[in-house]
Amino acid sequence: MPNLSLNTLQPGESAIILSVSADENLHYRLTALGFRIGREIRLVRRGGFGGRGPLQVRIGTTEVILRRTDADKVRIAAAQPLR
Amino acid sequence: MKSVALLGMPNTGKSTFFNRFTGASARVGNWPGITIDLMAAKIPLGGHLVRVVDLPGIYDFHGFSEDEKVVRDFFENNRVDLLLIILNGVQLERQLSLALQAKQLGLPAVLLLNMADEAKRAGITVDIGKMAAGLGMPVAWVSAKYGEGFQSASTLIASALADSQPTDPARLRENLKADDEIEAAMDRLMEDAVRIPKTLPPGMTERLDRALLHPAFGLPLFFLIMFLLFQFIFTLGKPMQDGMAWLLAQARVLGLEPLLADAPAWLQGLLLDGIYNGVGTVAAFVPVIVLFFLVMTVVEDSGYLSRAAFLMDALMARLGLDGRSFVMLLMGFGCNVPALMGTRIMRSRALRLLTMLVIPFSLCSARLQVFLFLITAIFTVQAAPVVLFSLYLLSFATALLTAWLFKGRFPSTEPFIIELPPYRLPTTRQIILRAWHEVRHFLKRATKFITAGVVAVWVLTHVPFDAPPASAATLAGHISAFLAPVLSPIGIDAQLSVVLIFGFVAKEIVIGSLAAVYGVEGGALMGLMAQKLDWVQAYSFMLFTLVYTPCLSTVATLRNESKSQAFMWFSIVWSLLLAWLVSFAFYQGARALGF
Repeated sequence: MPNLSLNTLQPGESAIILSVSADENLHYRLTALGFRIGREIRLVRRGGFGGRGPLQVRIGTTEVILRRTDADKVRIAAAQPLR
Repeated sequence: MKSVALLGMPNTGKSTFFNRFTGASARVGNWPGITIDLMAAKIPLGGHLVRVVDLPGIYDFHGFSEDEKVVRDFFENNRVDLLLIILNGVQLERQLSLALQAKQLGLPAVLLLNMADEAKRAGITVDIGKMAAGLGMPVAWVSAKYGEGFQSASTLIASALADSQPTDPARLRENLKADDEIEAAMDRLMEDAVRIPKTLPPGMTERLDRALLHPAFGLPLFFLIMFLLFQFIFTLGKPMQDGMAWLLAQARVLGLEPLLADAPAWLQGLLLDGIYNGVGTVAAFVPVIVLFFLVMTVVEDSGYLSRAAFLMDALMARLGLDGRSFVMLLMGFGCNVPALMGTRIMRSRALRLLTMLVIPFSLCSARLQVFLFLITAIFTVQAAPVVLFSLYLLSFATALLTAWLFKGRFPSTEPFIIELPPYRLPTTRQIILRAWHEVRHFLKRATKFITAGVVAVWVLTHVPFDAPPASAATLAGHISAFLAPVLSPIGIDAQLSVVLIFGFVAKEIVIGSLAAVYGVEGGALMGLMAQKLDWVQAYSFMLFTLVYTPCLSTVATLRNESKSQAFMWFSIVWSLLLAWLVSFAFYQGARALGF
């Protein structure tokens, strides 16, 4: 199974979280917000400034915004196309 | 004669169906027990003459709208042999409840799914057999608009009519009443025991976000919303402020002046011209400040602040800050102190210090009072909101400039991750609590700093008593002479410089002291200011007030939160320097341009 960064998702696409490789603080925080292995995550949109803004993602019913550099620490399986 | 009633939600094409079903024979019938005219027609159906009544469209049997009452009155007073329930086939998930209610009430019914044409286009299919079994009533598709399915629907209706038992109005009345009691009990319980913040349906949040978080329009919309909010506060706050000022002036003339008529002149001056005018001028702004916090409460609780963080993060990242820093800046519009404390959520000390360095530039509600006062006195009604908004923009600009200049000294790699809540409306209780909190906060400040500051300014501008108040011979005159080399290049005269010194304690003192210095308040003071200052001087004064240290409480909080004297002094010196530079650039620039 390919191991990609959350950053590679296109708006509207979903994928399954494979791993979260962050330091303890960030790992704890992401887990609290629902970033668990095996959960489905969907990219809702990317912030402005030429797409360099933060990502808006949805896990279950929770919506979270995070920066691209932090999104790189979340690894996902191949994206599932738009539904 | 058997009778058939047509029931459906509003705008389901019920009347179109009625007209097509009954042909041109429709007429208005008057029905016992109800005062409204209902459409009725007699048509032959299955070999008998049948009366068809078109009832008003309703959402629910238990609603309390006029139309819902009419429908209930009809069923509670008339026997009906068959109910034709007409639902919009495209919105079944919302409308099916009406058919289920009819079933539960034991009404004999046939369900007609209208708008067959639209449903087909939308790709909606219904398993008629399963639907009929589930509801216990015959079901058929029709298109009232195009007349499709009428033949088979008529046959279905005729056979259902032949088998049906007429309704019993008395029993129906009992059933509806019992149901009503459950609803009423539920409403009472919900009202008494449950508090639910109003959350917009998820689809609504998504749609709002699509516009408000749009990559290109999101930010312009943000600034437009902010501008409209401030316009709203200004427009609504002005008459409230005038009314309050009038009330306070009346209290002085009718109550305090006769009371103090026998007191010595200096005491009268201190109590009336000093303290009462000073605190009164500040108190006149309480309604506006309460209004301001009501709006802030709605914005804070709506979930929009997290969106602002999302919109601004990319820009803030370049300035060494993040989206949360921007939200703290916005919170600082209310009061800088809680905004400074809010930076505790940041783990990186560098990011936290840089954010704390920029928050004091946020135009807080105390500075807002000074600006409202001077803007109303100096500028036209048309120009006023724009001038105020320009100060808000400059408040952002000085904050962002500061971050940009010092980001190198506060490097941080803190991750930026926050939850995006759905949009919500605050409850009335939250709003009222917040308003009360602000009034209390003001009264506390008024009794502590403002009165003391006003008294101090009054003494400085009136001692020695033989000199004309606020003249060069008073104590204030000497201080001003000392400061003149620094303050006259930015257009700030002797009296105003004393006022600025005490503004260091709390910004409310600024207008309070103006009233004490000149011995007039409210409208008269505004008139005096308009004579003494031109708009360039006034704007320069406002710029200085905007940028220099907000108040003693902010300084104390800066020290406590940073646990560093050096950082506190750095913040004070930098804001004084920046304030002088900004005012100097503006004042000399405007004068050079000939204003």
